[in-house]
Parts: sequence; structure tokens; C-alpha cells
Amino acid sequence: MKFRGGVHPSYHKDTAGLQIETLPLLHRYVVPIAQHLGAPGKVLVAKGDRVARWQPLSEPVGFVSVSVHAPTSGTVKQVAALPHPLGRPMLAVEIESDGEDRPWDGLAPPADWRTLDPAVLRRAIQAAGVVGLGGATFPTHVKLSPPAEKKIDLLVLNGAECEPYLTADHRVMLEQAAEVMEGLGLMMRVLGVTRACVGIESNKPDALEALRRACPADVAAEFMLLETKYPQGSEKHLIYALCGRRVPPGGLPMDVGCVVQNVGTAVACLEAVRDGLPMTERVATVTGAAINVPHNLRVRVGAPLLDVLAHCGGVTPDVGKVIFGGPMMGIGQFDLDVPLIKGTSGVLCLRDDEAARFEGGPCIRCGACVDACPMGLVPSAMGLIAERFRFEELGDWHVLDCIECGSCAYVCPSRRPLVQHFKRGKAEWRGILEERRAKSERDAKRAETAATA
Amino acid sequence: MLVPTVVLSGIGLLSGLGLALAARAFAVETDPRQDRITEALPGANCGGCGFAGCGDFAGAVVRGDAQPDGCPVCDQETRRLVAAIVGQTVQDRAPRVALILCQGGDDVAAKKYRYNGLASCASAALLGGGDKTCGAGCLGLGDCQRACAFGAVEMTPSGVARIIPARCTACGQCVAACPKDLIKLVPAEATIHVLCSNHDRGPAAKKACAVACLGCKKCEKSFAEDPRIKVADFLAYIDYEHAPDDPALAALCPTGSLVCSGAAAPAAERTS
Repeated sequence: MKFRGGVHPSYHKDTAGLQIETLPLLHRYVVPIAQHLGAPGKVLVAKGDRVARWQPLSEPVGFVSVSVHAPTSGTVKQVAALPHPLGRPMLAVEIESDGEDRPWDGLAPPADWRTLDPAVLRRAIQAAGVVGLGGATFPTHVKLSPPAEKKIDLLVLNGAECEPYLTADHRVMLEQAAEVMEGLGLMMRVLGVTRACVGIESNKPDALEALRRACPADVAAEFMLLETKYPQGSEKHLIYALCGRRVPPGGLPMDVGCVVQNVGTAVACLEAVRDGLPMTERVATVTGAAINVPHNLRVRVGAPLLDVLAHCGGVTPDVGKVIFGGPMMGIGQFDLDVPLIKGTSGVLCLRDDEAARFEGGPCIRCGACVDACPMGLVPSAMGLIAERFRFEELGDWHVLDCIECGSCAYVCPSRRPLVQHFKRGKAEWRGILEERRAKSERDAKRAETAATA
Repeated sequence: MLVPTVVLSGIGLLSGLGLALAARAFAVETDPRQDRITEALPGANCGGCGFAGCGDFAGAVVRGDAQPDGCPVCDQETRRLVAAIVGQTVQDRAPRVALILCQGGDDVAAKKYRYNGLASCASAALLGGGDKTCGAGCLGLGDCQRACAFGAVEMTPSGVARIIPARCTACGQCVAACPKDLIKLVPAEATIHVLCSNHDRGPAAKKACAVACLGCKKCEKSFAEDPRIKVADFLAYIDYEHAPDDPALAALCPTGSLVCSGAAAPAAERTS
């Protein structure tokens, strides 16, 4: 099934043929404590401590929280607020490598997922700090623990990789097909589902073939080649494309009985259980016209961007923009002194002339954004409202359903900064809702005291 | 001619009578004190009290949901009058004025990236806290200016907001509008201010902005017996309860983040 809207940017999947290369051990790693959505963990190490590879550097402080682990053995140089890819300095542990890469002796013993209880698997996944590698970095064990009243009958494996330029998932599917499918089986066991769908965009038929061949006999998966269209990899659109179910506005995939997981996450879950290894590395695509030697790199989490760029031959002199993630939803970096983190699916280096900086013009009411919006919203009207700071009206336009995919801004002939409007609008509207909730609570309390008095 | 005139007049009379009766029957009872308070209030409907407008605030005062001195805009005279209407007394309060605790314009403060998004501080602040290298600096896009109902905020040519004390009514709308939390209400007669909010250590602060407080403690040390100016977490702050007024203090500051009004913050212009 095809979803409505979406866009066809130029794909630039130039690195699709490059084998995954492992970045050599670096001298220094900067591991931010907050690399997932949810509460950042509590730091367990202090300056001067010796740490071993895979040793936890933080512990979760609640259910929606995971640990981060040391990418190599060495000494903790500092625990301080350091530059973070999200823009603001955040608490991070800087480790100076001792070159030994000595493993931690507290690792969980390897286990066979086929014999373990789902609850045990879930705990192992949380302890290993596994988060969704598609980019949103939501803790995986939370997604694998749907509330009892939500009956899950379908696990969706997301191999769409619809962002232009990125090929990390593609390479993982080709080179680690067996592990991806094992990981899928593991997650199916955790959720207790018997049915799984693998969705891959039509520009990667080789990945689908590889996964199909590697699928173990006891994993019941269906494979589907989907239209190559952005944002095919968005959970809601992927679910619709695969099985025709529509996630209700404001809802989650679990509301229609689905859980969506990225292919890289499947591998991470498998490694967490089969080998007892925490998530300390991921595959990232380093690409763009302004990087000398593009790579698909296996990077340890916390590797400084400058070292990664240096390994790829450095950037060309005409580099204009460095983005973490893809060009549609990635985050532009203003400080090259940031580390790669669990959510960094790629490093995109654009030339100055590619990284056009637009001055947004007035809306000409052409409606191109309305056709492009995959969520069926009306970006033109919402942009006009947000521009006038009338945020309390945005709720009526369902601004919270905006997935910030950027399709509207991509097609806008007037180059309006629509996504920026909606990011602000969502923040303001959430604030308004919070205020109303607080007020109604206050009023209820007052009515209560008045009634008793 | 006569018949239509009589009929029309009759209809008119009947309708008028009906309306008069309806006005009696469905009259909304308001406390007369509420109207008197509304009349006494400035009527700017600025929302500084936290209620929807002057009328709403007046109702809240009559119901006892708001303090009679809750209007931040009106003068002492009006506060007393409002309190008298509901049979209360209020304590005299020193007039206050808003103060923007940053003077890092584009000429002195470094930027970490080029921002070309929406001209609103709150939007810019979503992108890594804004384009200023200083994490606490004024973004200069005028959210406070838009929030001010009294035209008391101006943008300097170098792109920082500044309060015009003579117009400021201390309603606090700008305080709420600033995403960087840079605006404070301070006593109007205070003359010494620390116009910086940067808590970075000296070298980092200096790199970010030429007029940042470095936390050097020169001011604190020179006034060792004076608890009214202290440095905490690499930023000097003033205890406005007992505000110092010695211009020598400002002269000590190596970066000019500590200022004496008359020079940078003309609070003395304020007349009321």
C-alpha cells in the first residue's frame, strides 16, 4: 500500500557499495550520558577512575532510561558538560584510551535467546543500553514492553532507510543479514508475536534478498519491497505501507498492534543477549561531496567527530555544512568537537554551494506542502499561524501530529522554514496544554476546598 | 396613516417592555466593588497580575483569590485605593523596574553559528540554546519587546534588548517572555547592577563575551565586609534587599559587567 504525500529527493546513496570498515581504536572518547530519549542515567565513574571496555559509565534512573558503557579501556579524564550533537553542552565522560582495549570482567555470560524467558531478555536489552538506532534513540526495552491492554500481533523490521545519503542500514542488512534475522527472532520472542514484516525500499532489492536467504526456519517473517519515497521509514507510514493499519492521531504503533524496530537495533539486541555485549558501537555512513573518502564505518560510540573525519581523509576546503544524520531530518553541527553517539546514523558533509541558506519568503498559497505532507496536515495554514505567534490555535490543526520530516519545507517554492515553525509550535502547544492541565487541577482543588468549607 | 403608526408604536412599546423585564429577570449580579476596582486599575489589560485582564483581576480581588496589591503596574496610591475598596490595607512597596542582565551585543559577544531562522528568541533558543557562544546571552530577536504592552523595551543597534526605565511598569511580561531567563525585576532606586548571567569560568566567559562577568571576585574582595555583593558560581550577584550604591564598585570591574546606573542602566531617569 502506498501512503499519501511524501517527496522524492535525490537519493545520493553513493556509499551503498562500500563495505563496512571498522574505525581503529582512538586515543580519546567522549561518551555523553544522555544518548537516548528519556531520563539521563546516573554517572558511576569519577575523574581518574580506570575503566574497562563495556564497563557501565552510568546506570538507568527509571524505566525509560538506559546506561552508557565505556567504548574502550582507559582512564577517565573528566566528567563534565561537553559539546553534544544536540547543540547544548551535556554531561559526558571523557576517556583517555590505554590502548589495551581490556574487556570488563563483569559482562553477562553469553546466552541462547531461544531458551530464555522474555522478561530476562528484556532486562538484558536494557542492561546493554540498547536504543533505537534509526535515529530517535528511544530505549528499545521500553518499546518491547507494551502495556498489557495493547495486544501486539506484528513486529515490523524497519529497513527502509529513506533518508538520502545514508547507507548504514543497507550495509548492515547485506553484511550482517543472519544477525539481523536472529535479532528479529529474539525481539519476536520478547513480544510473544508470531508474525513479522520486513519493509525495505525498492532501491535496495539486494538487502531484501540477503535477509530472505538468511532467515532462520523458526522465524516467520514476510518480506516486502516498498516504494522508494521519503519518509517511508517513518513508523506510521511504514506500518500503513506494510499492512494498511492507520496509527490514530496522537497514537503510537502499539495502538494498532505493531512494534517497529530498526535493523541495526535487531543486531544490537542479539549481541546484548548472545554475546552479553553492551551497545558501544554502531555503523554510520560518512558521506557527502565535501568528504574526501566516503565510508560506511563501524564507530565506537563516543568517537570524536574530528577523528572520524580524519580517518575519511578529512573534509575538502569548500565544506559548508556538517550534518549528523541525513539531509532531511539531520542536525547541523556548529562545533566539530562533538562525539558520534548512539543515534548518529551518518555524518553528511555538504559543500558550501550545496548547503544553500534560504531566506524564507511569504506563503503564496500554492498548496504544494499540503500535497507533500505525509501526515495529511495543512502546513501552509499552520505556518502562517505560527509566524504570527498564535500558538494556541495550532492545536486545532493537530500540530503534534507533525513528524518533522521536512517534506513541506522541501517542496515549498517560497522556501519557508516550515519545520522550524512547527518545532516551535509543538513546544509552545505542549506548554499551553501543560498550563491548562495545571489550571484545571488548581480549579478542582479550589472547588474541593470550597465544598468542604 | 394613523393605524400603522399606532401598530408600530405598540409593537415598539411591547418589545421595550419585554426587554426591560428580561434585563431585570436575567440580570447578572456583580459585586459593585468589582466595578469600582476595575475603574481604579490602569486598564492596560497587560496580564502582569496573572489574570486575563483588569476586570478579571478585580473579580479575583473581590472573591479573595488575589491580593489587592497584586497589580504590578499601578502606583502605590491605586494599590491603597483597591485595598480600601475591599476593606484591607497594603504595605508600601518600593517601585520596581525590569532589568536585562546581559549587555553582550554583536560587537562584544561571539557567535557559535549563523542563525537564519525565525526572528524570535524562543525559536532560536530551540537550536542549541541560540547562536551566542555564551549560553546565557541575550539573543536579540525581541521576544521581550513584543511582550511589552508599554513600549518599554528597545533593541540596541548591537542587538541586545534594553529596558527604558521611564516606561517600565514592572508588569513582568518580559520576564516571562525571555527564553534565556535574563530579565529580573529589581528595585527602581538600585544603582549598581551586574549585567551578566554567564556562569562559565573566567577564560570561557571571556572567550564568549568581552563584557562577561569573569567571576574574578575583585568586587567581592574589595568590599569584604559588605555582604551585598558576592560571587557565586563564577558570577557576581547583588543582594537587592540592601543594594549597594557606591560608584567605586562599578569602576573596579575589569570587564564592565558590573555597572553603575547613570552610565549603562539609566534607572535614575525613572521619575515615578
